[in-house]
Amino acid sequence: MKILINFFEKVGYSITSRINRLGMATRLFFLIIISSGESFRRFHLTMKEIYFTGVMSLVIIIVSAFFVGMVLGLQGYYTLQKYGSSEAIGVLVALALVRELGPVVTALLFAGRAGTAITAEIGLMKATEQLSAMEMMAVNPVGRIIAPRFWAGVIAMPILASIFSMVGILGGYVVAVIVIGVDEGAFWSQMQANVDFRYDIVNGVIKSLVFGVACTIIALFEGFDAPPTAEGVSRATTRTVVTSSLVILGLDFILTSFMLGG
Amino acid sequence: MDKIKLDAWVGIFVAIGVISLLGLAMKVGNLTSNDIRETYSVIAHFENIGGLKPRAPIKAAGVVVGRVKSIVFDTKAYHAVVKIDIDKRYAFPKDTFANIYTAGLLGEQYVGLEAGGDMNNLAEGDRITQTQDAVVLEKLISQFLYSKASEEE
Amino acid sequence: MSDNLINIENLTFGYGKELLHKGINMEFQRGKVSAIMGGSGSGKTTILKLIGGQIQPKSGSVSIDGQVVHNQNLSGIYKLRRKMGMLFQHGALFTDLSVYENVAFPMREHTDLPENIIKDLVLMKLNAVGLRGAYKLMPTELSGGMARRVALARAIALDPDIIMYDEPFAGLDPISMAVICDLIRTLNDALGATSIIVTHDVAETFSFADYIYFVADGIVAAEGSPKQLMASKLPFVKQFIHSEKDGPVPFHVSAPSYNSDLAL
Repeated sequence: MKILINFFEKVGYSITSRINRLGMATRLFFLIIISSGESFRRFHLTMKEIYFTGVMSLVIIIVSAFFVGMVLGLQGYYTLQKYGSSEAIGVLVALALVRELGPVVTALLFAGRAGTAITAEIGLMKATEQLSAMEMMAVNPVGRIIAPRFWAGVIAMPILASIFSMVGILGGYVVAVIVIGVDEGAFWSQMQANVDFRYDIVNGVIKSLVFGVACTIIALFEGFDAPPTAEGVSRATTRTVVTSSLVILGLDFILTSFMLGG
Repeated sequence: MDKIKLDAWVGIFVAIGVISLLGLAMKVGNLTSNDIRETYSVIAHFENIGGLKPRAPIKAAGVVVGRVKSIVFDTKAYHAVVKIDIDKRYAFPKDTFANIYTAGLLGEQYVGLEAGGDMNNLAEGDRITQTQDAVVLEKLISQFLYSKASEEE
Repeated sequence: MSDNLINIENLTFGYGKELLHKGINMEFQRGKVSAIMGGSGSGKTTILKLIGGQIQPKSGSVSIDGQVVHNQNLSGIYKLRRKMGMLFQHGALFTDLSVYENVAFPMREHTDLPENIIKDLVLMKLNAVGLRGAYKLMPTELSGGMARRVALARAIALDPDIIMYDEPFAGLDPISMAVICDLIRTLNDALGATSIIVTHDVAETFSFADYIYFVADGIVAAEGSPKQLMASKLPFVKQFIHSEKDGPVPFHVSAPSYNSDLAL
């Protein structure tokens, strides 16, 4: 009996604490929105963060995109070839990247590369009382530190996702056309005939925007919420990756079902 | 970090992003020719639409001229009512013929338009009267077997 | 205009149900260096945070120049904070900014001064703490004592009326300690500011403070000038000043009897 009660207590506690954290993250989100003026009035603050989140993630995004594209080209070719429609490889690579892999893999890599960096940075600033010191200098840390990072993430993510898709398609092109020898004209024309700007490309960009908001908020919140100890910051960093990944995949399903349904 | 150098990098980053997006739009999505902005819609009735779906292409002489907007079932006449959006740049005579074709043997289905000889053109809300249903593979096969069987008698 | 810049009346504060402060009364005189002393965990730093309006008291009030801190809205509190400078325990320098940018930070945030004036001001402040030559360095390249001095330069960047020091001597070597002591005194007198120091270093504090409060068990246990306190007969003060290990503050944390814990 006691074990049962303990079990329910644990379940209840983990649910309420999660809901509590969700509420606090939402509150942080609104705080960021209302104190965002400075991020745009003094755009160089945001610019600096775009450099750290976007430009610094460029290499990992380009390299992974190229490999993902090449693998898609190879795998797609061997499957499509069985049905005698290897020219459709262009469509397969492009749709897979533009609709799904571009936004999703970019967001996952972003969470690992930039998200963890944000969490660790904010967590350490908190642990070393830098945020407190800023408050005492009558500077709102949400406006000065948090908001520019948020907007930088939201701006950088769609750009990174577009780069990912484009580089991935080039990777697929290299394998399919240059290595395997699929007809170049068929590769591009099939792609163009079947990829719709509004329904495929724009939807992909919308997805990456949503992921950008989610990833950055999670990273910022975990950093802001981390206990000010070495252990607390390291745990928060781990949680950033885990939570971001789950949220990205869950949101992806929801968004996709909306987009295909509507 | 030098401020000018930082700005330059961010500028390069955004530029690469814009180029990628443009590349996707032009080279991959073929925004320039496939983009249908202003359309007029007409309806066509079919006994059987086969596997036709909303957003399927409308083709005339193989050129995409529009998209299927919606498909509903008419409960009075018991047939399918297909609403079609056609690009304003392309005008078709009133007696245009609408067929449902299949791209290849197993490909997706689309609506093919064949122009008639009427002097007046189709306008917003008009109905295409001459239609031909989708070819249903099962029907074809059963017809074929039936005729084979009757030949042998 | 009263002689006291800051008044703390009947202040109580606590996390959860436990009260950390049980009715504290303090007065900080204009132009004087006052110290708040007490054992670790006696809530000294919390008093500074209450003065800065970073946390809310349960009851009682903190007023600065007649204005009650916790009756202000956020922008009012921010306005009050512009009159304050605070030196955090480990400096709390912004690690992503250079020494120069750290000191320039409050000026850039709160003023529209042109770059050449900011440069002059920053170098002046750094000169006051003897670190003008280090303006290009990053905080990670500084020793503990130097970081503390840079943080002090940042705290006085906008010539505050109140300078608060949270454990300014913690973890410093004797030379750096003497330097900081000297700086607190000279800066206070040069700026005409009011300084509040939270510390538990007896010798240093007694050497230059004007007035000292002892905090214990959530109340002000003793107060007075260093001379008065040295002569004090209060057992707690005696234990503290002469660093005796046992006394009114027990060596052992309150616990069930030793025998029962060891299951004897």
